[in-house]
Amino acid sequence: MPRRESPLQNEMPLGTLDMLVLQTLVLGPAHGHTIAHAIERGSEDVLQVEHGSLYPALHRLEDRGWIASFWGSSENNRKAKYYRLTPAGRKQLSVQTTRWEQVVRAIGRILKPATE
Amino acid sequence: MSIRRFWRRAQWDRDRSDEMESYLRIETDENVARGLPYDEARAAALRKLGNSTVIREEIYHMNTIALLDELVRDMRYSLRMLARSPIFTAAALLTLAIGIGANAAVFSVVNSVLVRPLRYPKAEQLVALHQDAPGAAGLANAADGLALSPSMYFTYAEQNRSFQALGVWTAGTANVTGLAEPEQVRTVEVSDGVLQALGVPPAAGRWLLAGDQIPEASAASGISGRSSTVMLSYGYWQRHFGGEQSVIGRNLMVDSLPRRIVGVMPQGFRIVKAEPDLILPLAFDRGRVILAGFGFNGIARLKPGVTIAQANADLARLLPVWMDTWSNGGNTNGRWYENWRIRPTIRPLKQQVIGNVGDVLWVVMATIALVMLIACANVTNLLLVRAEARQRELALRAALGAGVARIVRSLLAESVMLGVMGGALGVVVAYAGLRLLVAIGPANLPRLNEISMDLRAFGFTLILSVVSGLFLGLIPAFKYAGPQISAALQSAGRTASVSRERHRARNVLVVAQVAIVMVLLVSAGLMIRTAQALRTVEPGFTGAEHLQTVRIAIPSSLIADPQLVTRTQNNLADKLSAIPGVASVGFASEAPMEAEPPDWDNVFPEGKIYPGDVAPLRRFENVSPGFLHTLGARLIAGREFTWTDVYDLRPAVMISEKLAREVWGTASAAVGKRLRQYPNTPWQEVIGVVQDVRQNGIQEMAPTIVYWPVLMGNLFVPTGALRVTRAVTFVIRSERAGTESFVNQVRQAVWSVNGSLPLASVRTMREIYEESLATTSFTLVMLGIAGAMAMMLGLVGIYGVISYTVSQRKREIGIRVALGAEPGALRWLFVRYGLALSGAGAAIGLGIAAGLTQLMKSVLFGISPVDPLTYTAVPLVLVAATVLASYLPARRAASVDPVETLRAE
Repeated sequence: MPRRESPLQNEMPLGTLDMLVLQTLVLGPAHGHTIAHAIERGSEDVLQVEHGSLYPALHRLEDRGWIASFWGSSENNRKAKYYRLTPAGRKQLSVQTTRWEQVVRAIGRILKPATE
Repeated sequence: MSIRRFWRRAQWDRDRSDEMESYLRIETDENVARGLPYDEARAAALRKLGNSTVIREEIYHMNTIALLDELVRDMRYSLRMLARSPIFTAAALLTLAIGIGANAAVFSVVNSVLVRPLRYPKAEQLVALHQDAPGAAGLANAADGLALSPSMYFTYAEQNRSFQALGVWTAGTANVTGLAEPEQVRTVEVSDGVLQALGVPPAAGRWLLAGDQIPEASAASGISGRSSTVMLSYGYWQRHFGGEQSVIGRNLMVDSLPRRIVGVMPQGFRIVKAEPDLILPLAFDRGRVILAGFGFNGIARLKPGVTIAQANADLARLLPVWMDTWSNGGNTNGRWYENWRIRPTIRPLKQQVIGNVGDVLWVVMATIALVMLIACANVTNLLLVRAEARQRELALRAALGAGVARIVRSLLAESVMLGVMGGALGVVVAYAGLRLLVAIGPANLPRLNEISMDLRAFGFTLILSVVSGLFLGLIPAFKYAGPQISAALQSAGRTASVSRERHRARNVLVVAQVAIVMVLLVSAGLMIRTAQALRTVEPGFTGAEHLQTVRIAIPSSLIADPQLVTRTQNNLADKLSAIPGVASVGFASEAPMEAEPPDWDNVFPEGKIYPGDVAPLRRFENVSPGFLHTLGARLIAGREFTWTDVYDLRPAVMISEKLAREVWGTASAAVGKRLRQYPNTPWQEVIGVVQDVRQNGIQEMAPTIVYWPVLMGNLFVPTGALRVTRAVTFVIRSERAGTESFVNQVRQAVWSVNGSLPLASVRTMREIYEESLATTSFTLVMLGIAGAMAMMLGLVGIYGVISYTVSQRKREIGIRVALGAEPGALRWLFVRYGLALSGAGAAIGLGIAAGLTQLMKSVLFGISPVDPLTYTAVPLVLVAATVLASYLPARRAASVDPVETLRAE
């Protein structure tokens, strides 16, 4: 059964969602809705957060101990599940960020001659 | 980690649902704030979230252990399938429960008796000081080998390098007076080192110590001196003193002498097999100890790291030291014992305790395992039939995309489920079975009261259940999981004639079943023949149920004078004869098969010369006038003792027929001949020869016996000292033997002579006789039960297969009937089929039985493991039963209505 039908340009580059979630949480605890909004707004809507991927990603991150969750109430007093970054998550974020920058630079080096 | 996730995922799923619900609400709120009506706002939010079930599923799958997940599903499915055919399930479960239960019960016995360590700290270090002495003929026959003498104990204990502690002990009885009625209690006398070797701390007070072993005064006779301390068993302490701590330090009158209670041993404490009421110090009198006196059991605790072989070598080194250190008095030479070729053969204590009961238990275990195989074969057959009926369902599943592995797994899950459920029921059966086993188990089965189901037994049951479950499912699984979709779907519902191929698995199972049944029935048959053979043996006494026995001991502290002891015993016999309905009375050092520690010594018949003065050892019994007559032992030649012989100390002796034949050729030739114990003691004249008596139990050949009078001159002391048998068994012949009123009259008669004489071992000769048969009876009953179970299961198996065949071939039968087949011929068709199966099984079974029953040799008596009668009768019975089992379904075949069957198509 096909699970994703989002257009290619909105597709999240593989493996980056985790990193973006962690980055979002650097600013402080947030619930799923806020996280999705923050990523979309931060990318000026270039990146669309697919909820079908967000919740599994949150679950995975929590399971690995990079984020922790607690139930709280939202801005307009709705019960919501909040996530915060754990020290392990913070470390993981810097590891992933470094790695990402390396990859981007490498891809850039390959693409540049072609565009020149 | 992953298991934790697996178990927590249901909760996580609820958490996620809540979380997504909260998302929806927040998103809806925002949309409402943007001015959308609620319904549209909610719909938009839902659209944005996407399919929440898919999200939940994705997370759910992240936490799945695929195998476990599917296993749970398979189990649920199999439970549903089993619940759908309750009759099949009940039949299978019942069969399995009985099979597994019986195995679990017997395993518990084997585990408790043979496998578990003895209940002593570091029990693996404990050994029994067993010794062989092939040169001491007669004595070497005794299963217990050569016991230790006190001097041997001193040498071994003081000079060994292998043991942490070493001691000797002997079981006996003593009379306790001054508490309530005089009571005869079981005692164990221990030397220093026995309690120390066993290492079980006392429940109260202290152990007997070295100081208690120093005799305070020399006793009137014997090698043990006067000692004055005693330890109680836990049971005796509870019974007589209510478990009071203050009992320590009090005095107890034991054999009319006061002894100070110094300690109490804890509950369940045993010395090897003995469970004494009192533990007394042996207190050997060093000044009187001689080389001889081989009547004590040696026990020791090995030093860590010392092997049994090293310990044997150590003791072998000490044997010459022993011979040179001690003497038998006069100018005897200790090196004479080199003739006996004594060889230490130390055994682990556990082996000593268990004895040869291992043989019996393993036979029973093997038998029960075979029953399990038959039970499995039956259930497999049921499963095969079921799988056949379910072919459509299986084919459908295959058509829907289930792989072979998937179907195999679900079939196996079902059979394992059956196995495990059967096992759970089996535990219940096992508990009941254990109670039965303990009830019918031979009283002399060692460690009977330690039998219980422990963790190991439960583990065994679980493994057995799972393995048999897998085993059950394998054949149907591999037979029916294969890709036969089109064939199955096409022929489904049609009763087409079944190919031979499809019957092969069931036929093989039935043949195997019959073969195993054959083996079990042959074993049971052999045991029945053994029991028969035993019944025909003349034990040397008659009318056992009319012989009342009672054991009475007169300690020297009560009556010192030997002559007076005999007069008292004579008086007792007279009083007992006066009881109404008593035909005759006699007494002796022991009744046959009573298993008292035997007496034996050399016997030199006149005119016979033995090399090195080593005459064969003979069993000694001291008998009163009239004892052998009361017993019913036939007098072959000569006459019995008279009271005049006894009181006049006439040099008279009686011997058993076997001894008479061995030495003088015939019984009558022996009368008037003479024999003596030592080359320099006076001759004794043989006045009578009596029928052989199976003194050691019905299975043991009758020993050669010398019957001495109960009072005789002491051969060691020529000055006229007398030797009397103080502990004797009275045998009373009466029709009323064994009744309570009779036993009461016996008690009154004894107390009318002396009020402080306790009566012990009040039984009939029949009970003693049955006890000596206990192991055989136990094996017989167990094999009988197993054989009956196997036979029943086997017949059900044959019946099932024939019935099924008949139902499968209904169409063919219908055609045959329509074409004019005779009912008789049709019946014969199916009976012949059953006969062919059971014939093949019986032939294979006979072959296996001939091999396996060789292992039963030690429990058989008087017949060969390939007893022709058993090997003819059992197959005949089995075949007859098969005919019956296949006749019933065959009759149904013959009554098939062709019109109906053919129309049903």
